[in-house]
Amino acid sequence: MEHIISVTVENKFGVLSRVAGLFSGRGFNIESLSVAPTLDPSMSQMTLVTSGDDRIIEQIVKQLNKLIDVIKVVDLNETEFVARETALIKVHTKDEDRAEALRIVDIFRANVIDSSPSTYTIEVSGDPRKIEAIINLLQPLGIKELVRTGRVAVAREPIRPAVAQAKRSARE
Amino acid sequence: MKLSGAEIFIECLKREGVRTLFALPGGVVLKIFDMLHQQKDIEVILTRHEQGAGHMAEGYAKATGKAGVCLVTSGPGMTNVITALADAYMDSVPMVCFSGQVPTSLIGNDAFQEADNIGLSRPCTKYNFLVKDVNELARTIKEAFYIATTGRPGPVLVDIPKDVSQNQAEFVYPSSVSIRGYNPTYEGNKWQIKQAAEAIAKAKKPVLYVGGGVVFSGASQELFELAELTQIPVDMTLMGLGVFPGEHPLSLGMLGMHGTYCANMAIHYSDLVIAVGVRFDDRVTGKVSEFCPHAKIIHIDIDPTSIRKNIHVDIPIVGDCKAVLRELNQILRATVNGDQKELRKPWWDQIHQWQKLHPLTYHQEENGPIKPQHVVKRLYELTKDRDPIVSTDVGQHQMWAAQYFKLAKPNRWLTSGGLGTMGFGFPAAMGAQAAFRDRLVLCIAGDGSVQMNMQEMATAVVSKLPVKVIVLNNRFHGMVRQWQDLFYNGRYASSYLGGTPDFVKLAEAYGAVGLRAEKLADLDGVLKTALETDGPVIVDVPTYPYENCYPMIPAGGCNHEMILEDPPELKKKQIGVGKVVPEDKDTVLTA
Repeated sequence: MEHIISVTVENKFGVLSRVAGLFSGRGFNIESLSVAPTLDPSMSQMTLVTSGDDRIIEQIVKQLNKLIDVIKVVDLNETEFVARETALIKVHTKDEDRAEALRIVDIFRANVIDSSPSTYTIEVSGDPRKIEAIINLLQPLGIKELVRTGRVAVAREPIRPAVAQAKRSARE
Repeated sequence: MKLSGAEIFIECLKREGVRTLFALPGGVVLKIFDMLHQQKDIEVILTRHEQGAGHMAEGYAKATGKAGVCLVTSGPGMTNVITALADAYMDSVPMVCFSGQVPTSLIGNDAFQEADNIGLSRPCTKYNFLVKDVNELARTIKEAFYIATTGRPGPVLVDIPKDVSQNQAEFVYPSSVSIRGYNPTYEGNKWQIKQAAEAIAKAKKPVLYVGGGVVFSGASQELFELAELTQIPVDMTLMGLGVFPGEHPLSLGMLGMHGTYCANMAIHYSDLVIAVGVRFDDRVTGKVSEFCPHAKIIHIDIDPTSIRKNIHVDIPIVGDCKAVLRELNQILRATVNGDQKELRKPWWDQIHQWQKLHPLTYHQEENGPIKPQHVVKRLYELTKDRDPIVSTDVGQHQMWAAQYFKLAKPNRWLTSGGLGTMGFGFPAAMGAQAAFRDRLVLCIAGDGSVQMNMQEMATAVVSKLPVKVIVLNNRFHGMVRQWQDLFYNGRYASSYLGGTPDFVKLAEAYGAVGLRAEKLADLDGVLKTALETDGPVIVDVPTYPYENCYPMIPAGGCNHEMILEDPPELKKKQIGVGKVVPEDKDTVLTA
């Protein structure tokens, strides 16, 4: 099963290779990985998409925690979370296609961020299914280049604590 | 006052209580060696190869429980010490290795003797540091020792570029360390410990399965109390030998691939396994799906990743073995009632039956070739009153040493378990000897293994480390030959060692003493002479080359299905060969 793991690490050189080395050395999968500094510039936030059964995920979380440069590990699948990724798509646009491209951009609430006489560069963000969908629609026009970021994710805050409370007791 | 990086290095080591440094110089660490040369507090033991320095640091650490320290140069110095780092990482040995690095301005330029020390050592160290600024050096060294010796111990590398050792900085040694991503758990969860105590009280057929974690935690006293209090039999792993007295009636000896019959049967048929400071290695579990099919498992370990890595655990307790066992004993003392001996009698009757059925055994003929087990047994009997430290290399002799050398105390057993590093034993023995100059340190080795770090004999002679090396010389890579006999139809591919040197002459060439026991009648006399000799000694004992090590659980086999003796077809074959040591390869191949 796919898991999104949020890892807070020290922002110093070599940390990424320690995390990547852990995954390659122990034969764990990384489907995507994104890293950037947090509000506190001494720390970085990694969002890691991986997959495995419960035993493997337990090991991944434990092994990440064991790394000395890792400050905090959260398996987001244990809570509600929102995840997004961004794609930059450069499409060929013949004259007759340009309007069609803009329509698709509009439907997906994407943006055209660069344009040349024969191409549009489209920026779109959303969950992976949305990205897949727009790629499928743009494909007939001819995709020249495609770059996707890894996913970033964050746990959801309960909107009304009382509701969350009720849910929990209902489950019990 | 400002000090150079090299001086800061020495001041830090002194403050960490380091008195012995195993080292080999090179261009980028010359400044450090120059400063070491001008002081007297730290003894530098110059090794002949960096791998030797690494294993010596390991031997020192295993015997003392403190961090072993070595210093190597950049490039090949670093790549040579990698094996020792990997070995220390697998066996959780506290060790700090300092490596030289090319000047910071040249890093990444493919400079002379440059290697990516951080990248090379990353998968085989607990942590590693590149010191880019001399102002960071003292704090880094403090952190390195802290990380190496706390939590689950392990090797830490500190990479010091040449300019960092030459530049000057104000020396301030931090009094404490705080690393936000590193907070080992020492106290076990109280509720879980209570659960464990209840499970122990309920169990009818419990077994203690204890290992190296108990040694490094210094918890052998607590373990002894627990076993005595509850009368639970003790299975030791290879790494745990000595943590519980081998001759004690509660000890079943070593378990696992070459463990005793009763240790393996007991754990297989137990209803409760109390695993302390162990990691359920494949050499212990055999076939994971059939490991302890009837047992509930309690697992006490300081490393959370060890728990539920290989085996499902019912009661996990993350914590320091000493702290957890102390707490567990406290509860048990209050709750255990009734005569435990009486209570456990049916279980012990069963165990005694197993012990009688298949004890460790070998057959030594009066006029026949010397059996390797017999050498270990005699060595044990001749030295046990002197509380020796024993190191081994890796292979058959290691297993026989584990079976027949019954250690009474922890920190006496130096062996390479996880990585299985041939060549470990001799330098490790020297490391222990450097820590305890007056103690008797023995190295039980094979003729294959000992040649892998033979060059360190020069170090032993020059640095006056009087280790006694007993070579069980079967002119084979014995364990490889055993597997070839059992699983490869007796085709001895590259296991026969032609051209093995005359170890007596070899010892003499280095300025050490060489002795040989040709016949059984000579054995005791030669061993005694060796033990009475002052300096380092090699004792060459030509042994029966086709002796196999039993019991044996084939890799991936189940723990209660042991091979206990040579299969019939093998026996026939060996009779055909005769009892002579093969003198050349042809004899073996035509046999």
